[in-house]
Amino acid sequence: MLEIKDLHATINGKEILKGINLSVKTGEVHAIMGPNGSGKSTLSNVLVGHPAYEVTKGSVIFNGKNLLEMSPEDRSHEGLFLSFQYPVEIPGVSMVNFMRTAINEKRKYMGLEPLSASEFLKLMREKRAVVELDNKLANRSVNEGFSGGEKKRNEIFQMAMLEPKLSILDETDSGLDIDALRIVAEGVNKLKTPETSCIVITHYQRLLDYIKPDIVHVLYKGRIVKTAGPELALELEERGYDWIKAELGE
Amino acid sequence: MKAEQQYIDLYHQCKAMIDKHSAEVMNGARAKAFDDFCAQGFPTRKVEKYKYTDVGELFAPDYGLNLNRLDIPVNPYDVFKCDVPNMSTSLYFMLNDGFYEKELPKASLPEGVLLGSLKNIASTHPELVARYYGKLADTSKDAVTALNTMLAQDGFFVYVPKGVVIERPIQLINMLHSAVDFMTNRRILVILEEGAQMKLLVCDHAMDSVKFLSTQVIEVFAGANSMFDLYELEETHNNTVRFSNLYVHQEAGSNVLLNGVTLHNGITRNMTEVTLDGPGAEIKMLGMAIEDKQQRVDNNTFIEHRAAHCISNELYKYVLDDSSVGAFAGKVLVQKGAQHTSSQQTNRNLCATREARMYTQPQLEIYADDVKCSHGATVGQLDENALFYMRQRGISEREARMLLMFAFVNEVIDEIRLDALKDRLHLLVEKRFRGELDKCRGCVLCK
Repeated sequence: MLEIKDLHATINGKEILKGINLSVKTGEVHAIMGPNGSGKSTLSNVLVGHPAYEVTKGSVIFNGKNLLEMSPEDRSHEGLFLSFQYPVEIPGVSMVNFMRTAINEKRKYMGLEPLSASEFLKLMREKRAVVELDNKLANRSVNEGFSGGEKKRNEIFQMAMLEPKLSILDETDSGLDIDALRIVAEGVNKLKTPETSCIVITHYQRLLDYIKPDIVHVLYKGRIVKTAGPELALELEERGYDWIKAELGE
Repeated sequence: MKAEQQYIDLYHQCKAMIDKHSAEVMNGARAKAFDDFCAQGFPTRKVEKYKYTDVGELFAPDYGLNLNRLDIPVNPYDVFKCDVPNMSTSLYFMLNDGFYEKELPKASLPEGVLLGSLKNIASTHPELVARYYGKLADTSKDAVTALNTMLAQDGFFVYVPKGVVIERPIQLINMLHSAVDFMTNRRILVILEEGAQMKLLVCDHAMDSVKFLSTQVIEVFAGANSMFDLYELEETHNNTVRFSNLYVHQEAGSNVLLNGVTLHNGITRNMTEVTLDGPGAEIKMLGMAIEDKQQRVDNNTFIEHRAAHCISNELYKYVLDDSSVGAFAGKVLVQKGAQHTSSQQTNRNLCATREARMYTQPQLEIYADDVKCSHGATVGQLDENALFYMRQRGISEREARMLLMFAFVNEVIDEIRLDALKDRLHLLVEKRFRGELDKCRGCVLCK
């Protein structure tokens, strides 16, 4: 589904990603862990086409298409979704209007007719249930005045609405209490099908108790330095990152 | 005095003609207005109030006038397709600066209400009109008001007697129609007695693509506990210059809402002066401008709190694209006796390009010691993080920008107390942002 080869990227002229290689197959869940400042969020931002980052080298192929040539909106239409670490508040733009515009632009891209108002509201109702998102929130402006937990729940709600092929969850667990973490994780699991893949970026094992990864990577100084099975996450939780630095000869 | 001279000459040459086609009350005010105009001349940009608009330059070109009141062979009821349909209003027209009265709406007005041509009502009810005409619009303090008072021959008049409520909103369409570059001078006088209520929607349209220069002076007297809404919607074109001076006098407990929307224009200067002259009077003053190309909008407001327990709320929002220029200067003056004043002034602006310019100047002058006053002004760009967030969800950049700009001005539209107008403005603003409203769509002549 996703094939990243020797990806280098900079922000403000500073190189953050220094040759990432990563391959995600259909149906797989990958976890990316790593110390602060290792480039995890940069990687997710580069994949979704954030204009502040510049790709200087390498390639990203997403379902056979050159991802790096696409606009952020087309990447979204092709099935790429990012659950933001810090979801943005957009005062004055209602959730309904926001989601309807997003859904209908995607449908247009796919050559489908826009949803009618009633079809759309029915869809909203269905998907809201996935993350137990309050109807009141759905009627407000996008993320405006939402608590940290509500914002993350809203991210998963949008994911449910857009039905992406590949979802990137960027520290979705940060700022969540235990109940909210469970609801969000269960939401992600409900949305998981054999046709969809997921990249989970996290600092902690606890999210991975709910969302079981097939493969765990350690990102360090802009490179993936270790790849193993789920047991790697447990080991990191216990021992921290120093032993990996030691293995690298630091 | 170059720009002034042609108006001085015009007045000398045409005074008899101007008087002949107007009413005595209006004629009676001309001599002083003329002296005041000559004494002041057009304000230069060194005059604080006119810092952002070069008046002399805008009045300098040669415009035609219709002082002889030649008939304009157009029936506005036939050619005008209202931009605010589904709204049940009593619809009246001004063709250039003359009230159109060959055909009038059938809906009857409550008893005692006087409504129609200022010229005619000034002739039939001279005492009533004389008691109010020119009493707020001081010709010695503003050259444009002086010029308007010198030249205006007609306009629109409403008088609502004590306790009378006009349920159905009154809509007045100003239609500019001419084959040559043209100047109009119109006058509106609104009198609400104690407890009276009405809503007035005034729309400016230009039917032809020639250059138009219009001056407008509106005087509003809001009696004790009266309620008045004034919505002004300008939807003209890039060759139109508009000077509008609005004066509002409020007595105790009156509630006034002013909402000025500039949707499409050339150069616009709106001046608004409100006096809160009785305890508990409340004013809500809103404004919005959407500009692109070389358009300019300059809103200059002044609110004087003369009495205690009055409330003023001001909110102006601008969206500036291309190399358009916006200006907002708002002054709130709280006099010594005006304790427990609550006053809030907000001006927020979006500059969509590097070339767009916004000048904002909030001013507070307070002489009372127990008041709650605040003001705030911001000039910014669209939130890049919000834009990217929306694009990640599949919303195109263009659409995302539009949604954000729309959200920005919505706050002003939502204050409108006429639902049909609110809905319609949502649509018009959306069309404006989509670039589908490139000129006045108000009439079949444009199509």
